[in-house]
Amino acid sequence: MSLVRPTPKSRAVRAKAIRSQEARAEAAAAQEHATFRGRWLPWLFLLPTLLVLAVFSYYPAARTLRLSVFRANLIVGNEQYVGLQNFAELLSSPVYHQVIVQTLIFVALVVVLGLTFALSLAWLASKPIAGAKFYRLMLIYPYALSPAIAGTLWLFLFNPEIGAVNTLLDALIGVKPRWLDNPFLAFALVVVASVWKGLGYNVVFYLAAIQNIPGDVMEAAEIDGASAWQSFWRVAFPLLSPMTFFLVFTNIVTSLFDSFGLVNILTRGGPVYGETGITTFLVYQLYEDGFRNFKTGAAATQAVLMLLLVVCIVAMQFRYGNRKVHYGA
Amino acid sequence: MAVNLPRRPLSRRRGRRGSFWTHLVLSLAVLVVASPLLFALIKATQTGAQVVGPSLAPGLHFLENARAAWVGAGLGQYMFNSAVVAVCVTVGKTVLSLLAALAFVYFRFPLKGALFAAVLFALMLPTELLIVALFDLVSGTLKWANSYAAIIVPFLASATGVLLFRQHFMNIPASLSDAARIDGAGPLTFLSKVLIPMSWNTIGALAVIQFVSAWDQYLWPLVIMQSADKQVIQVGLSKLIDVESQTSWGAVMAGAILALVPPVLVFTVLQEQFSKGFALGQDK
Repeated sequence: MSLVRPTPKSRAVRAKAIRSQEARAEAAAAQEHATFRGRWLPWLFLLPTLLVLAVFSYYPAARTLRLSVFRANLIVGNEQYVGLQNFAELLSSPVYHQVIVQTLIFVALVVVLGLTFALSLAWLASKPIAGAKFYRLMLIYPYALSPAIAGTLWLFLFNPEIGAVNTLLDALIGVKPRWLDNPFLAFALVVVASVWKGLGYNVVFYLAAIQNIPGDVMEAAEIDGASAWQSFWRVAFPLLSPMTFFLVFTNIVTSLFDSFGLVNILTRGGPVYGETGITTFLVYQLYEDGFRNFKTGAAATQAVLMLLLVVCIVAMQFRYGNRKVHYGA
Repeated sequence: MAVNLPRRPLSRRRGRRGSFWTHLVLSLAVLVVASPLLFALIKATQTGAQVVGPSLAPGLHFLENARAAWVGAGLGQYMFNSAVVAVCVTVGKTVLSLLAALAFVYFRFPLKGALFAAVLFALMLPTELLIVALFDLVSGTLKWANSYAAIIVPFLASATGVLLFRQHFMNIPASLSDAARIDGAGPLTFLSKVLIPMSWNTIGALAVIQFVSAWDQYLWPLVIMQSADKQVIQVGLSKLIDVESQTSWGAVMAGAILALVPPVLVFTVLQEQFSKGFALGQDK
């Protein structure tokens, strides 16, 4: 194992070599596994999956692309071709600009805070201490919470009149903030609730990754006189970086899409700040336009823009996620 | 969660001082993480008057609150609907992705690479993005808005499942399938007699994820389901709050706790498979 930082070039060459090696190994494995004969059999096995994907993913995706160039209302049933006008309107709308910016801030905060807490707590709970199993279990259970239930609990917890938080704050320092009416507080609340809801998932994966760190590597660091801080940052953290990559991308996608249930119950996109509600994120705006304002074309356009965003994220994951840190021979 | 770590020899003094802080931080974190649920548990046991008051003393009224939610607000029916949906989706996804992975790994056929790419690309098309067109298809063209089919059938295929099973099958020595073929076993016999018994950890891990995500569905049932008696629990629970003026928070909290039971149960039963299935998936 070498802790010497490779130069970017040598790293790229090595990564490429490893990748082509992996690709070759994978191709070979695919060849040797293909044992069964049958012309129609594989198609028969694939048919159910392909059928469901074609009808319920690809066909709606194509329809969405088409709708994005129409001014349409599916409820009334009228359509009028408008070219790229929907895109132009959306991209020049101050409301949509604000929605994009606050979504990006929300996602960044949830990913950074969520992963920081999850990694620190998973690291501590992996230490050989009494009750570690109990701690691990208690940190994992929020995984079972749905966004809607999380929203319900927080709505009651932060109710200005009867919520436990304000009861406590009132008794201690005599303040009763109106959590869901103040834009800053409401935004912070949605961020914290999302971090809390995502904690279980992130902790599960970090615990598994920490468990996979070879024990002798950590021992070697300790024998070499590394402090606990050094062995975490210099040894464990780089070894965990593939998992961190994976979690960064899954968390981005989850906070983009799964935030809907939480927001719809907790804040309903509000309170208004600037051009629109401060917790109106991209998915919520899409829902509002598609099913409240019945601007089907505009909603489809937003879906196309979000798809582009997701494609960019996935492309980045393929570009950078494969650059795993490799140790050993 | 069965996560066993090798005991590392720590120098005694550092170990003891370090473990005090570790315990302190972890206890605080666990308390903070658990507090919303503890609060819900306490409030679910109180009387109507106590619930809106500051009291945090547990009461003895959980059954009353639960009954109010279960019978009075129809949560029982919602729970049943969600159970039907989550079980159908989990079983369907598992079977369909096992079959698809079988085809991808153990057969050679034209367009294999392109089809696999098409399955993978579906990962980038979550329901939330397709919702407008999907709504039109399911309620307009198919006229399913009053049936379970609307919240089950669109979710029967799983790109994640195909990916994980394919990965798992590739790690199984090819000599096994050769042996099976020489012994005259067909692909389906091979799947049921050899592959599935060797895949329980992956199946269990996937089942947890799929059950929880099916149980958690909120946006899609909210827009598509027209008949109230087939609505899912997540939407049903939020309807209890919609009665703006007089929300019976005791019943809501009892309902929230009841709605948590199935995923927690599935997670508890399959936790060993869950951690093993993913430990395997990691070191590729």
